[in-house]
Amino acid sequence: MAQNLAALRVKIECDLLGRASAPFDYRERKFAETASIGIPEIDYLAGGLPRGGFTEICGPPCSGRTSFLLSALASRTAHAEVCVLVDGSDNFDPYSAQAAGVELKQLLWVRCRNIDQALRATDLLLQGRGFGLIALDLSDIPPKIVRHVPLNAWFRFRRSIEDTQTIFVVFDQEPNAKTCASLVLQLGSETARWSATIETSTEDSFAYPSACLLDGFDVRAEVLRSRVQKAVVAGFHLGFAPASIGGDTGIFRTKAVWNGSDNLLFEPQSKRLEKRE
Amino acid sequence: MAFASIYVPNFLVQSVVRAEAALRDRAIVLVDGNPPLEKVAAMSDAAARAGIQLSMTKSQATQFNGVEIRNRSRAQEKAAHAALLDLGWSVSPRVEDTAQDTIVLDLAGLASLFHSEENVANELLRRAAVLGLLVNIAISSNLEAAVNAARGFSGVTLIPAGEEAQRLGCMPINVLSPSLEVLETLDLWGVRTCAALTALPFLQLSERLGQEGVRLHELARGASQRSLVLAEPPICFEEEMPLDYAVAELEPLAFLLGRLLDQLCARLTARSLAAGAIRLRFDLERSPENNPRFSDGKSSGELALRIYEKALNLPVPMRDSKMLLRLLRLQLQANPPRASIIKIWLAAEPALQRVAQGGLFLPNSPDPEKLELTIARLKNLVGDSHIGSPELIDTHRPGEFRMSRFAPSRDEPLKNRKSSNLATGFRAFRPSLPLKVELREGYPARISFRGMRGEVVAASGPWRTSGDWWQEDPWQHDEWDLEIHFRFSPAIHLGRGSTCPQRGLYRIYYDVLRGNWFMRGIYD
Repeated sequence: MAQNLAALRVKIECDLLGRASAPFDYRERKFAETASIGIPEIDYLAGGLPRGGFTEICGPPCSGRTSFLLSALASRTAHAEVCVLVDGSDNFDPYSAQAAGVELKQLLWVRCRNIDQALRATDLLLQGRGFGLIALDLSDIPPKIVRHVPLNAWFRFRRSIEDTQTIFVVFDQEPNAKTCASLVLQLGSETARWSATIETSTEDSFAYPSACLLDGFDVRAEVLRSRVQKAVVAGFHLGFAPASIGGDTGIFRTKAVWNGSDNLLFEPQSKRLEKRE
Repeated sequence: MAFASIYVPNFLVQSVVRAEAALRDRAIVLVDGNPPLEKVAAMSDAAARAGIQLSMTKSQATQFNGVEIRNRSRAQEKAAHAALLDLGWSVSPRVEDTAQDTIVLDLAGLASLFHSEENVANELLRRAAVLGLLVNIAISSNLEAAVNAARGFSGVTLIPAGEEAQRLGCMPINVLSPSLEVLETLDLWGVRTCAALTALPFLQLSERLGQEGVRLHELARGASQRSLVLAEPPICFEEEMPLDYAVAELEPLAFLLGRLLDQLCARLTARSLAAGAIRLRFDLERSPENNPRFSDGKSSGELALRIYEKALNLPVPMRDSKMLLRLLRLQLQANPPRASIIKIWLAAEPALQRVAQGGLFLPNSPDPEKLELTIARLKNLVGDSHIGSPELIDTHRPGEFRMSRFAPSRDEPLKNRKSSNLATGFRAFRPSLPLKVELREGYPARISFRGMRGEVVAASGPWRTSGDWWQEDPWQHDEWDLEIHFRFSPAIHLGRGSTCPQRGLYRIYYDVLRGNWFMRGIYD
């Protein structure tokens, strides 16, 4: 029996000669190089987005996926990388992207009409090589349809970007890529923040809608799966204390584009005191 | 000073064989004239050996077995002549366009590049073979001696200075292109070679044959003197192929396009140039489908229907014929011609070749040729208008943008982005969704859309915008930012498998001119 196994092993090795160097050897996982996406909380939590790896960002509508996407695009295009957005349902807004700092000239936007077009376009782009980031946005495609994407499609995507410098990110409502994904982040929205203008900074400012401004909202991020080794990523500031609420969970804040300042105009007095302390 | 003359023997046949390399070793006959009075205008050596003669009728030529008969193509002759000139410019900037089958180059200053005249001749032979031409080359310090030697001797001929008369002596007189009358007179005198002509006394020859006799005597001695008449390099490279049979399928068409592109790229390579753009034109077969209205006469509408044109603008200059063929095929697949093709015309706009070396510290970027091919494939998939780089328009009208050609910068990284400024994302609905809004004291209190109903818990607005009142499509919107809590449970399923969110931040607007509410998008 043992002799037969040994003979079989030798035969397989001979047959695969030139195609696989050592088919029975354990393939050591290479250290995934990661890239910052411009959100320190996510960089701290997940170690950044893996290059040559498959990242899946999922969450319901209004959970911060687009803010995440814009931040990633802004970060990569600022480094002169060529980025692609495969827009599954043509919902991308160039105005908010530019306000978020995305260099639109570095962005190839593929506006698809359905998921089939989006998957085929992604296939072509992954074969093209050389892109810094490829984002497949299936956020507004119903989960029932995305669930029907065969697993081999995700597997093919994963294999296509292996050993490349490309970051591949899929945005959808629930995790679908299973083990193909190197990093899966679940996003969920927390409270929305509204600020009042100077003239009407009263307790019941919501009674006067013209006196309010949408300031942004908080996003809770949870790591569902990660094969990425955390490393000190570029752009991480020393002394930063993430608003983490658990080992694999963190919270980050988005700000409306008209509120470019880091400080809220009207924070409650108690919160200001807390901050100083 | 030395001159090199390049001569293409049997030019008419070579111009056809250049476009169809498989004919090179076969017996080929070119016929010219209007049917049915077509006569043999040129033939290959193999056809001559088979017994074909000039001025035979086409029907006579078809009696010979194994002979390929083709129509004489002036377009291919023009392209072959252009290729011959490109061959000259590939070596020297000073080129004379002597005749359709002959050019002369000034070799002054080439010694430092090629070391010897023999090397120049060998390099010209090699480059001519790449362009699909078999040529004779002669180098001499006398311009006319070089021209005549190239026409009279096959292969490479090097004539040292002072030995022109001796080397040209064995050449037949008819190479000097005398008039028929003079040629007959000389033949009657028994003068058939250049040596015999130079042996005649110069003064008596001029008395009997006039200026032509003087000219022939000088040519035969290699003593004729004249200056080089320089030719201007072309600003466009063209190749043309009339088809004997109309082509309707893409596969055979791609085969023919591939041949023309090979020739174009070889010419561009010879000039150290690349193609900045490719223009394609097909003459289409006249048929009821593509010409339903114009049966007689030639109106502009008819002309437009009979011609198919395409332009391929390249992001970077390239001269890889296979890559160019793929790009053209993708364009033709997306927009096929409406009828069979009877003539192909291709032109390349020359541009300086791309410098491949990039910065050492630049990030990876896609190969420009590959990127163009990928974009062409994506255009076939999603449509021309659905791919590119978004470009904002200088207007206040919400959601206005245009798609521009994707041409990423390959410069140094643009800036260091501040990580603390994370903007709220916004997703736009295209087109805006109609919705129902219940107002309370003039403010939105409840909304319903897509089968979902929700309570407004926070609102900001109205933010009034308007514009374009001087145009046909003015707009006037009252915008609101709303935080909505939906009444239904998150588990409820809507159409197409969507799930209802618990809460959301939306931007809606009231279209004052249309009197309706719409949802512009969602903050995400």
